[in-house]
This record gives sequence, structure tokens and C-alpha cells, in this order.
Amino acid sequence: MSGFSPDEMMTIAASRTLKSEDVCFVGIGAPSAACNVARLTHAPGITLFYESGTIGTAPDVLPLSIGDGELCDTAVTTVSVPEMFRYWLQGGRVTIGFLGAAQLDKFGNLNTTVIGDYAHPKTRLPGGGGAPEIATSSGEVYITVAQSKRAMVEKIDFFTTFGHGEGGNHRQRLGIGTAGPTLLITDLAIWKPDPVTKEFTVVSLHPRVTRDQVQETCGWAVKFSEELTETAAPTEIELSTLRDLRARTAEAHKRRIAADKKESKNG
Amino acid sequence: MTKFLALRDAVAENLHDGDAVAFEGFSHLIPTAAAHEAIRQGFRDLTLIRMTPDLIYDQMIGMGMARKLVFSYIGNPGVGLLRRARDSIENGWPNVIEIEEHSHAALVNAYEAAAAGLPCAVFRGYRGTELPSVNPNIKWITCPFTGEILAAVPSLRPDVTFIHAQKANRKGDVLVEGIIGIQKEAVLAAKRAVVTVEEVVDDFDDLHPNLTVLPNWTISAISVVPGGSHPSYTHGYYGRDNAAYREWDDIAADRERFQQWMQENVIEAGPDVFAERVTELRGVA
Repeated sequence: MSGFSPDEMMTIAASRTLKSEDVCFVGIGAPSAACNVARLTHAPGITLFYESGTIGTAPDVLPLSIGDGELCDTAVTTVSVPEMFRYWLQGGRVTIGFLGAAQLDKFGNLNTTVIGDYAHPKTRLPGGGGAPEIATSSGEVYITVAQSKRAMVEKIDFFTTFGHGEGGNHRQRLGIGTAGPTLLITDLAIWKPDPVTKEFTVVSLHPRVTRDQVQETCGWAVKFSEELTETAAPTEIELSTLRDLRARTAEAHKRRIAADKKESKNG
Repeated sequence: MTKFLALRDAVAENLHDGDAVAFEGFSHLIPTAAAHEAIRQGFRDLTLIRMTPDLIYDQMIGMGMARKLVFSYIGNPGVGLLRRARDSIENGWPNVIEIEEHSHAALVNAYEAAAAGLPCAVFRGYRGTELPSVNPNIKWITCPFTGEILAAVPSLRPDVTFIHAQKANRKGDVLVEGIIGIQKEAVLAAKRAVVTVEEVVDDFDDLHPNLTVLPNWTISAISVVPGGSHPSYTHGYYGRDNAAYREWDDIAADRERFQQWMQENVIEAGPDVFAERVTELRGVA
């Protein structure tokens, strides 16, 4: 496969990390695309949860919001939002929480609350939503984010969602028994936490990406694994699956075309 | 026992200046028509409660109706940020609002606790986050049996909750289906509840016995407003107007454009415009 964008590589690399037996709590945006590519390629059995209460959903197009009707139409069941958070997430049924973030640090702590001071923010972001509890109640957490010095920072402005805190055994010290962030997939590389310090370390560079590029787009001094590998390029089928999904999504989100499509589906 | 009222009267009878009010809906069934009626009636000093304040709270904040906001995710879902809410929080325009920020898990537990008649909710949450340092309503409680430290938040008891639902029967029982969100809990948590519905049917005799039905005596007033959740959607009736959510990002970016849009599309409009707005979205729900 010759031509693919860094964003496509990120989504496909993220999709490969998921298995058919996973029960995945899906964040909107990049995680949603990755989870659905996985479902449409190598992980057809995967159970996708969206926080709107849709369990085992299999959307034909990517939802714009976590509560699109498509998610409910294709779900095994749809439960109330309190049931979702209490029985299914807090109850320990979710194996992977898949999150994005506006800002993250090298220990996988996430900020989606404010840029600047909380009381007088430079930019008020949407806030935590489901993420603070997804990150502590899911078996483990995968994070996907496009690299930039704005997104990947030495120190986040607000601890919305706890990753590994100050690193090391900080989660255990707070009584959090789940694994936390175990994987970071960016548009340039795949990262895993160091087994002891828990600092994210680059384990695989995407095709044609250099170490310098990874460092130039990251706000902390990047550590590279001694066994650094290269991520396999997207296959024909992965790329066509992602592109078809995105094309269907773009069509469906245009008002008129959405109405036409349903008519042809019914006809 | 509930009564069927024109939307104007249902809002006027149940919402008052200074109330703590929830207009709930989790992407689906957002009670936009009821919110627009509240805007037309010009209430002030409201405590606006909602898990996911979206366009309607952006509009109410921009119109200067809010004193305080209780929330867990303040965004335009899938599009980005809420520009009127940002302008208020970042610049104090048109007024400064107090914020009480939670996570989704906290607010669902808080509504459920109120519906269950409890003073507070206990759950496993907020561990490692900074929110407890900016929100004094997040506290810790030790389980008396295991010693585990759990999060506690006060139960959330609105003076009035507004929701939108598919239909009512002639007796005023209300059916909610699809993504049911937090609507049942938000109604049972509140002192008063107002429901807008797409239609009224004779009875619910042919429905599945386990559907979410709110008996008529749990609801203060019902108003029939077809299309009343646009640009959100009503499962089985019409689809979500994703284009409108995207357009809102531009409209809300500019104070004057926002005010002009509100004048033309809310202040000078009435509940009847909603049916028209969903015409081409029918059949895509």
C-alpha cells in the first residue's frame, strides 16, 4: 500500500490493538473510528459501548455524537446512562477504555477541562464527561492523539483524568486496582509505558517516520525503546475499510443526503 | 395528575426566576422547544443543571438567564466547544456564572439518589482527578464494611425538570424509548416535571410491558410539540440535524450574530416552527 496519511496510519494502528473478545468503552472522535475499523476487519466480535447506554453497537456510519440514533438501532441493547456507568463500567465489565484528549503528559494523565487557570481559563474545554471513571474502572486504557507540542506537554494544566499520576506505583498508592494507560497510539508512533517508571516510551515508529519527527512534535524529552520496531503499513483492506467508513459518514452527516439514503435503504 | 397544556402555559406555570432547572436529554430527545419557550419568557437567575449542556444551554447562557451551571460535559457533541458558554466563563459576557463541575458518573448517581429519596450518592469515582479541589460538593466517604474510600456527591433535586418524549396516551402516561439517557431519573428526582411529546395516542395497550413509561401522576404538565427536540432527534420520528449542530458553531462565534439569530429564530418564533424544521429529517430517525 503506497499512499496513506499519518491520520489514517494512526487510526489503523489503533484498530489493530483491539481483539474480538474485547469489551471496549469508546470515546468519540479518533477512538470511535479505530474501534469500528477493528470491528469491520479483524475483530468482528468486539463489543463496543458508547456512554449513551448503547451496548454491543455496530454502526454503519461513525456517529457525530455519542448518542446518535444509529448506535441504538444497531445495539444488542440500550440501557439508561446511570445503568451504563454503574453496572457496566463501575461493575467491571469493560476491558478497554479508549480515550482521546486535548492535552496529555508522559504518564498518560489527561486534561480536557481548561487551558490556563481553572477559575480564569484561557480556553474552557468541554470537561471530563465520562473519562475520569472510564480511566479508573476499565481494565486498561488506550489513548489516541495526533502529535503536537500543544497536545503532548510536560505538565498538563488540569488533571481531568488520572493516568499514572507521577509515575511508578502512583495508581496503587491511590487504591486504583486497574492497569490504567497501557498504550498510546499517535499519528507517528506507538508508545507503551515503561514497566517501572510508567513513562510512555516509543516502541514502534510508523513507516517513514523519524525519531526527530517524534521529538519535534512532543513537549517532553522522548524516550525510545531499545527494541524499536517499525509499524506495518496499512493493508489494502484496512485502508479501504477506513476510507469507506469515512465516506459513508460524511454523506450521512449532510442533511439532505441523509434523507435520500434512508429512502434507498427502505426501497 | 398531569394536565395537557399549551407549551407557553406549561412553562409559565412550572418555571420561575431563581429556580434550579434541568432540561435533560443525552444527545437524543433534547427538549429544545421547551428551552426556547423559557427563553421567550425571559427567566432570570436560573441554576441550569444538565449532564451535557449543549446548544440550548449555550443559548440560555448567552441570553443572560443563568446564575449557575451544574454540568459534566459542556461541549457541542462531535463539533467542538460551546462558544456562548465559553464567553461567559472566560470573559463574563453577558454575565459571570458560577460553575459546579462533575463527571458523568457523578451526575447520574446524583440524579438517581434524588429519585431514590437519598441525601447523597456514593460511587467509585473521581480517583486521582483534580475536580474535588475545584468543586466542594465532591467529598469522600469510607465504606463501613470494607473500609474502601468512595466518592460522595449530594443528590441532585431540581425544582423542575423538562424532557421531550415520543408520546403520551390520553391519560397522560408518557413513553420514552431509544437512548433513554437520564430522563426517567431526572423526572423522578425533580419536584415538578414538564414533558413535551411528539403526539398523543389513545392508549399504550400494544406496547412491550418493560418499556420506559412515566405514569401520568409523576408529571405536572404535558405539551404536544411535534419536532420539539430539533436539532436533536426523536427516535422513530426524525433524525438528528447534524448540519445544524455544525452551523451553530459559526452562529455562536459572534455575539451580534448570536443575538440576531436568537431574535429571528427564538424570540419571534413559536413552538409551531419545530414541526417544519424536522420535515426533511423525518424517516431518518
